[in-house]
Amino acid sequence: MNARAEVSKVIFPFHGGVHPPEHKDESSQTPIAAMPVPRQLVVPLHQSIGNIAKALVAVGDTVLKGQMIAEADGTVSAAVHAPTSGRVVAVGPTLVPHPSGLPEHCVTIESDGEDRWIERNRFDWRNAEGRIIRDYLRDMGVVGLGGAVFPSHLKIGGARDGLDTLVINAAECEPYITCDDLLMRERAAQVVEGIKIVQHLLQARQVLVGIEDNKPQAAQAMREALKNAAINFPADVVVVPTLYPSGGAKQLIKLLTNIEVPSGVRSTDLGVQCFNVATIYTIYRALEHAEPVISRVVTITGNVQRPGNVDALIGTPIADLLAFAGDKPGSQAYIYGGPMMGFELPGTSLGLSKAGNCIIAKNGALFPEKPVEMPCIRCGKCADACPAELQPMDLYWFGKSKNFGKAQERNLFDCIECGACAYVCPSNIQLVDYFRFSKSEIWAAEKAKKAADQARERHEFRQFREEREKREKAERAAAKAAARTEASGGNVAEAADAERAAKIKAAMERAAAKKVEAAAAQTASDSVTPIDPDAVSVPMGQAAIAPTSNEAPQAVESAAPALDPEKAERIRAAMEKRAAEKAAAEAMSPEEKAAKEAEKKAKIAAAMERAAAKKAGQAAQQQPGE
Amino acid sequence: MLLAFVLALGIMAALALLLGAVLGWAAIRYKVDEDPLVDKIDAILPQTQCGQCGFPGCKPYATAIAGDEADINRCPPGGEDGIRKLADLLGKEFKPLNAENGEEKPKSLAVVDEAVCIGCTLCVQACPVDAIVGAAKHVHTVVSSECTGCELCVAPCPVDCIDIVPVGETVTSWKWRYPVIPLTPVKVAA
Amino acid sequence: MLKVAAALIPGIATYTYFFGVGVLVQIGLATVAALATEAFCLRLRNYPIKPFVTDGSAIVTAWLMALSFPPLAPWWMITLAAIMSIALAKHMYGGLGQNTFNPAMVGFAIMIVSFPAQMSHWAAPLGLAPQSLDAAAQLQWIFTGHLPAGLNFDAVASATPLDTVKTQLMQHTNMLTILHEKLFGGIGGIGTEWITAAYLLGGLYLLQQKLIPWIVPVTFLAVLGGMAGIFWLVDPQHYTSPLFHWFSGAAMLGAFFIVTDPVTSPTTPLGRMIFAGLIGLLTYLIRVFGGYPDGVAFAVLILNLAAPFIDQYTQPSVFGHKNRKKAGAKA
Ligand code: SF4
Ligand code: SF4
Ligand code: SF4
Ligand code: SF4
Ligand code: SF4
Repeated sequence: MNARAEVSKVIFPFHGGVHPPEHKDESSQTPIAAMPVPRQLVVPLHQSIGNIAKALVAVGDTVLKGQMIAEADGTVSAAVHAPTSGRVVAVGPTLVPHPSGLPEHCVTIESDGEDRWIERNRFDWRNAEGRIIRDYLRDMGVVGLGGAVFPSHLKIGGARDGLDTLVINAAECEPYITCDDLLMRERAAQVVEGIKIVQHLLQARQVLVGIEDNKPQAAQAMREALKNAAINFPADVVVVPTLYPSGGAKQLIKLLTNIEVPSGVRSTDLGVQCFNVATIYTIYRALEHAEPVISRVVTITGNVQRPGNVDALIGTPIADLLAFAGDKPGSQAYIYGGPMMGFELPGTSLGLSKAGNCIIAKNGALFPEKPVEMPCIRCGKCADACPAELQPMDLYWFGKSKNFGKAQERNLFDCIECGACAYVCPSNIQLVDYFRFSKSEIWAAEKAKKAADQARERHEFRQFREEREKREKAERAAAKAAARTEASGGNVAEAADAERAAKIKAAMERAAAKKVEAAAAQTASDSVTPIDPDAVSVPMGQAAIAPTSNEAPQAVESAAPALDPEKAERIRAAMEKRAAEKAAAEAMSPEEKAAKEAEKKAKIAAAMERAAAKKAGQAAQQQPGE
Repeated sequence: MLLAFVLALGIMAALALLLGAVLGWAAIRYKVDEDPLVDKIDAILPQTQCGQCGFPGCKPYATAIAGDEADINRCPPGGEDGIRKLADLLGKEFKPLNAENGEEKPKSLAVVDEAVCIGCTLCVQACPVDAIVGAAKHVHTVVSSECTGCELCVAPCPVDCIDIVPVGETVTSWKWRYPVIPLTPVKVAA
Repeated sequence: MLKVAAALIPGIATYTYFFGVGVLVQIGLATVAALATEAFCLRLRNYPIKPFVTDGSAIVTAWLMALSFPPLAPWWMITLAAIMSIALAKHMYGGLGQNTFNPAMVGFAIMIVSFPAQMSHWAAPLGLAPQSLDAAAQLQWIFTGHLPAGLNFDAVASATPLDTVKTQLMQHTNMLTILHEKLFGGIGGIGTEWITAAYLLGGLYLLQQKLIPWIVPVTFLAVLGGMAGIFWLVDPQHYTSPLFHWFSGAAMLGAFFIVTDPVTSPTTPLGRMIFAGLIGLLTYLIRVFGGYPDGVAFAVLILNLAAPFIDQYTQPSVFGHKNRKKAGAKA
């Protein structure tokens, strides 16, 4: 019980950082309020980094509180649950809290007001294997609640021989946000239970809780809770100076352990792992109470009558939250997240997501309009402020001139988009916007490159395969000929050769004829003429993979050497046909278009009938054999 | 006087030889194995394999460009961006896309209307990247992650059940926009 | 930028006290010309005028240049220099933030190369010349090139201390003899030493306001002083002391106001140090061994050219990319 050793309390400052006005007192004075269940909830399904969860419910289904409504798709994904009981009224693209303002898959639930839980069974995690626990957490939808929504199950495990330090991120360095502060003040004991669980799962040798020094009450509460809890590992609260962005995972790890985690390296490999305090709380609720993540504490502040923290269900429409806090007139926009890293919401009808730690109603008094952006004067203030020790003015320059390769060379991807640089820039340059722009351009280019490489590879493989098939057929034919030669003496071979040559020639002629026919048929079908079944059946006859007659395989076999030029021909024909089609479409009057539509339908119907007939015929053919 | 002249000449000659040797050594020592031009050109082409350039695929077009047999402005899927890159690589003038080859279109995908498909496999044979799967007489479908949107499968389909749909922007594929700079030239009131 | 201008005021006041209203006239002319050119160029380039004209950068350029000019230079010279520095050195390179060279130094350098004679028309500081010019006479001289009857320019003019040291040394005069001339005060030249001290004061204000990185003036002065110190210790007969170098010419003005210009200097901490150090070195070499009495302007321009390269090769290691030991030491 009192095996707690002293832990190091030295702080290792990171480079740079800024200290904007905190604005925390507005929302930290009142206890966390419970938000009543709203009438309707819009639950986004993409609530974690990685794949969007796959919906398990359809419109009209009734769901119970805590019921899984979408399952994780793959490893990097997390499940989503119904926040309350009710009926699913919509499944599909709806506006979500994302800077793009684009719709994404959501499940809209109309609550029945009963808030009835699904049956829950406590999970015996102490006796479960690591893999099972990870799957359980994934199915409970546990993700990082600090804003990055990284699936938590991916962070548990991995360190085989235990972890040196488990860092609990309770710094909450962004101005205005107080949800973690209040959570620790009011639910410190449960947070500590969560710490115990995660410490156990990770076999961490020490636990450090980093809290900024502007939250003495939270630090005190956590200290007491740690003291009161029966813990058998060294753990302590480390109070760090208030300096944005000390709550960045990398910055906090550096502050507490002096370990710098470069981009692209997992902190686990360096012996540290960092969890947000709210995530720890949900892990506790999930493992000990079988409660999936269906609610979170969110700060509502800024231009509202009663700024404070609300325990709200995931999916609660932002408008309801604002109404609950007393929306005041004069708000120009609503910021989702903090003023440094958050973004303006594209609307207020969308539902709260797991990432939503704060909503700030923005008005002119709190957020005066930024003066115009001036040219960079290379003053270096941004570099002084950058916690990643980058040279933001150079990255800005490269981003602005779309010289992304250079930007990447200068470690653009080490930028944590904290916004400290833009905050200090005397020229009011929105540096982070340029970095986000550059990053997404680079990602898109990489994706395109990958797709092109894949296409090239597949195309080359296809050509190789065609080549091979051709060769194999030629070999088979040669073998056959050789066999025949052996059987019937030398001079027959010549005859066989001649015969084969003749056959090939015939086949080629046939193919050519067919092509002409096909071209004719195509032109026929392109022009507005009554439907001609033959026009359809000719290209179908060409189908080599669906041989119906005896003759077809032969034709293919012998025509094989002509395949490549033929393919080129086909492509050209396809192009011509498309051009002709386009021209025809352009020349067509609406009536003609309608006629063509009808014709197309008729053609389809005919083809289907024919297909059905053929199938029947085949079935009939097969029956006698049986 | 003459001696000085000869001496100067000698020194110059020796220097020239020495520097030449250094340069020659460096050229061998630091020789970069260059990709053949065709591969470099092929790397720029979008690999849609649509044949709109008049060649049966990107690689043949790349070969033709490398052999100076084709112009650089014949690939509609690559668009102006691609032409610009080709122009840069080859040190040629940029030209607008040749309208005869088609026009630049947003990235698209083929989608088979599975209610209509009769399973004739014609599209499978047309697809340059094997992006269509399906056995004979069964409904076919397009593997969207592999489809390049080349439209070659559209024409052969006897029942016209393949549609080319543009890929819209989604939350995942959304890109941050180029920041708007309010500083851009303002018409100055006189 | 306006704070930078404010930091120049003590220097300007002292300068005016010792050298008369000519100083203010030069500053006024330069300011008007610079602002007019700035507005004109912005107009031509279709940029909004107000934010750029009010940001004070043109004013600072004009003042710095005027302070490097002899107070009795003809009016058209300073005007021409101001126009060139803004139009040529700044807007031709793309305007604010894009210029490679320090505009004030470009203006000054063009003039000293083109009109070396006029650029050395320094009036004697207060109380040194047999006759001194009153305000009216100074104005008359600047604008018309004539002096009131009975006055001879040579009678009121005087070379700068740096110039004097240089020319006298060429005539193989002993340093001690030179320094005994009445032009020289306790450390630098009479007047000059007070003016440079006033610049130092302004510079300290800038440092306190965190408007300039301390590393730049400190390195610059250290290298300049260090070079001077070495030579002086070895041969005091022919070389002047570090103090003399610090408190004469444009050393202080350069250290705090010119070398620190952010646009034309590197941005990395190490790069800035190298930049300032090399300017210090070059300044000393030009002063002592070069053809011009002062070297700050040329040293700055030469290093301006090198700034991008210095930046390129002094990129600091990024968070997480350096070795752990160094990170620990640095913290
Ligand atoms: S703070 Fe702004 S003006 Fe200064 S160097 Fe950085 S980007 Fe340029
Ligand atoms: S946003 Fe990026 S570049 Fe700017 S201060 Fe933060 S980490 Fe540095
Ligand atoms: S037009 Fe089509 S086949 Fe030709 S290079 Fe472009 S993508 Fe490749
Ligand atoms: S599926 Fe159709 S559009 Fe897509 S790559 Fe294959 S042939 Fe081209
Ligand atoms: S060509 Fe059309 S009908 Fe034939 S398999 Fe392909 S999609 Fe189906």
